[in-house]
Amino acid sequence: IGVDEKSLISILTNSNEEHKRSLRKGSSKLFIEDENGFERWDQSSIKILKHQFNRFRDAVVLSLLHPWERDARLIEKAIRKGPKHYNVIVEVACTRSSDQLLGARKAYHSLFHHSIEEHLTHIKGRERKLLVALVSAYRYEGTGVNEDVAKSESQILYEAINNGDKNKLLDHEDAIMILATRSKQHLQALYRHYSQSYDKNLAQDLEGEGILKDTVECLCTPQTYFTRVLEAAVKEDADEESKRALTRVIVTQKEQLVKEGFVPNKIQDILLGLYKDFMLASIASGDIK
Amino acid sequence: MKLGWIKRINVMKVVLYALSYMHHDFSPPIVHPDRSSKNILLDLDNEVHISGLWHCQASKTHPTSIKSNGAIQKEIKEEEAMATLTVPTTVPSVSEDCEQLRKAFSGWGTNEGLIIDILGHRNAEQRNLIRKTYAETYGEDLLKALDKELSNDFERLVLLWALDPAERDALLANEATKRWTSSNQVLMEIACTRSANQLLHARQAYHARYKKSLEEDVAHHTTGDFRKLLLPLVSSYRYEGEEVNMTLAKTEAKLLHEKISDKAYSDDDVIRVLATRSKAQINATLNHYKNEYGNDINKDLKADPKDEFLALLRSTVKCLVYPEKYFEKVLRLAINRRGTDEGALTRVVCTRAEVDLKIIADEYQRRNSVPLTRAIVKDTHGDYEKLLLVLAGHVEN
Repeated sequence: IGVDEKSLISILTNSNEEHKRSLRKGSSKLFIEDENGFERWDQSSIKILKHQFNRFRDAVVLSLLHPWERDARLIEKAIRKGPKHYNVIVEVACTRSSDQLLGARKAYHSLFHHSIEEHLTHIKGRERKLLVALVSAYRYEGTGVNEDVAKSESQILYEAINNGDKNKLLDHEDAIMILATRSKQHLQALYRHYSQSYDKNLAQDLEGEGILKDTVECLCTPQTYFTRVLEAAVKEDADEESKRALTRVIVTQKEQLVKEGFVPNKIQDILLGLYKDFMLASIASGDIK
Repeated sequence: MKLGWIKRINVMKVVLYALSYMHHDFSPPIVHPDRSSKNILLDLDNEVHISGLWHCQASKTHPTSIKSNGAIQKEIKEEEAMATLTVPTTVPSVSEDCEQLRKAFSGWGTNEGLIIDILGHRNAEQRNLIRKTYAETYGEDLLKALDKELSNDFERLVLLWALDPAERDALLANEATKRWTSSNQVLMEIACTRSANQLLHARQAYHARYKKSLEEDVAHHTTGDFRKLLLPLVSSYRYEGEEVNMTLAKTEAKLLHEKISDKAYSDDDVIRVLATRSKAQINATLNHYKNEYGNDINKDLKADPKDEFLALLRSTVKCLVYPEKYFEKVLRLAINRRGTDEGALTRVVCTRAEVDLKIIADEYQRRNSVPLTRAIVKDTHGDYEKLLLVLAGHVEN
C-alpha cells in the first residue's frame, strides 16, 4: 500500500455509498468483516497509511521551508529531544557552508528569540562545549592549508585519543578548538596526515565516541556520514528516528547525494506511494542544475 | 488622482505646520534645503510627508517625516544622535573629492589640511565610495597612496579612519592576536561593543583580508583562561531583542555570585553567561545581582587588583552593559600616558566617532571635569590633533 493522492481524491469524490462499500469489501488488506455487519478498517493498516501521509507531509514541509529556517528548526528540535538527537546539531553545524550556518543562526534569532548558543545551555551533558563551539564557527572557506600545522595538529589529536583518557575527550580544550575553528580544507589535510602517520583513520579511532566521530566525519568525509545515516534508515528493522533521518538527509542534501552517486534503488525498495515519488523526484531534480 | 482645492489647502496647512515646527520649535532651527513641490509627498492614506531632510546640517535629531494627523514621526537613527561625525549640508561629488585628495598628494609634499577637511567629514558609506572611485580613476588604492605619503600617529589615524568599519575591526583584531598579551583587551572590546551583525561583518572581513577565520587566530594566539573567555566572545552571535526572563536573571545572578565567592572566575558557567546571553538579559542579571547581594558585580571582581584575567572580566562586563564607561577609562589612561594600550586614543576615536563618541565624551567630562576635546588639545599636536578634533565633532569657535 502506498498513497496515490490523485487517484484517492478522484475515487472519494466521485463514488457513491454503494461504490465505496464494494471498495471496502474488495480491499481485504485494509478492511475486515466486523461481526456487527460493517467493514471495519484494520488498525495496523491505518497506522501504516498515517505514517505514509506523515512522512510525505514532513518531506513536503521540509522542502518548502527556507534552508535557514529549516536548519534552525532542526537544531531546536534536536536540542529539545535530547542526547540521541545531538548528531543532527553536528550534522547541520558541520555540513553546511559557513554562510548557510550563519543564516541558520539568524533564523534562530527570529524564530526562537534566543541565540542557538543560549539554548544549548539547556544541555547539561559533556557534549555541550563541543556543540556550542561547532555552532559558533564561521570557518574560512578558501584554499591554502599549512601542511606543517595540519600534521602537528593530527599529532595532538592522536595523543588526545590514544594516550589520554578517552572519556575526557569531550573536555580536551585543544582537540575541541582544532575541530571547531579550523577550515574544512585544513581538517581534511589533518585527516590525511593522521592516516599516513598512524595507519588508521581518525574516524575509526573515534569509534564509539558518538558525536566526536560524527563531527570528524561530517567535517572531513561527509559522504561517509550520510551513507551511514541513509543505510541505517533503509534497513528492515530501522526505527522511526532513522526513517525520519532519511527525509532530512535527502531533502537537505539532494545535490550532494547525486554527486556522490547514492543509489536511488535502495529508496525505491523501501518507500511507497507518493512519498517515494517525491523522494525520487527530489534526488532527480538535484541532477538537473 | 485628482487633487481638489480642499485637499490642496489641507496639504498646505500641514506643510506650513511642519515648516513652523522646524523653524521655531527646533533648536537649532532646521532649514529645509530644498523647499519644492517634489519634496511634498502624499501616501495612500493621503497623509502628507515631507522628504529631503537628510542632508540637513547641525542637529542630527531631526524628523524625517511629519504626518498630517499632527503626529511627528521622529525617525531618528539613534546612532546618528550619539555620533560626533559631522558631514556638510551639501557634500561634494565623489569625483570632486577624489580629485581634491589626489591633489593633496601631489606637488610638494602632502596637504594634510585637505585630507582632514575631506575625509574627516565623510561617513563610512561616503568613504567607501571615495575609495572605490579613487581606485577606478587613478588605478591605485587610496590607502596605498596614504601609506606612501604620511607617517606616524596622523598616518595611522587617517588609515584607520578611511577603512570601512568591518575591515577596521578585522585589522585591529588581527593586530591584537599577533601582539597579544594578557593585558590586551582589544579583542574583547571588539567582540563586546559591536552589534551582533557588526561583529559578523568583521569576521567576514577577516576571512577576506587574512585568509583564515578570526576564531582560528584567537584560538592559537591566546592561552589559558584568556582563551577560554575570548574564543566564545569573538564567536558569539547574540540575540538582540529586549526581552528579559526575570526568573533566569535571578538564577544566573545567584550562579555568578556563587562562582565569584568561590573565586572560580573562569568557570564554564561564568563564561557561558557572559558570552551567550543577550545584552538585555545580562543587564537584568547584573541588576538583580546588585539588588540581591549589595554590590556591583565589578566590585566583587576586584579581589586581586593585579589579576589581569579579573581585569578583563570587569572590562567585559562594562563593555556589555555600559560601554561608554569602558571607553572613558581607556581614553583617560591613554591621555594620561598610563597603561600599556598604545594607539588607544586613535582606536577609540576612529571606532566610535560614528557610533557613540558623544556619549563617551559626556562621560569623560563627567569623570574628569574637563571636556574631551580640551584634553585632546593638551595631549596631542599638529595634524594628528586636528583630525582627532574634527572626528570628535569639535567646532572651531
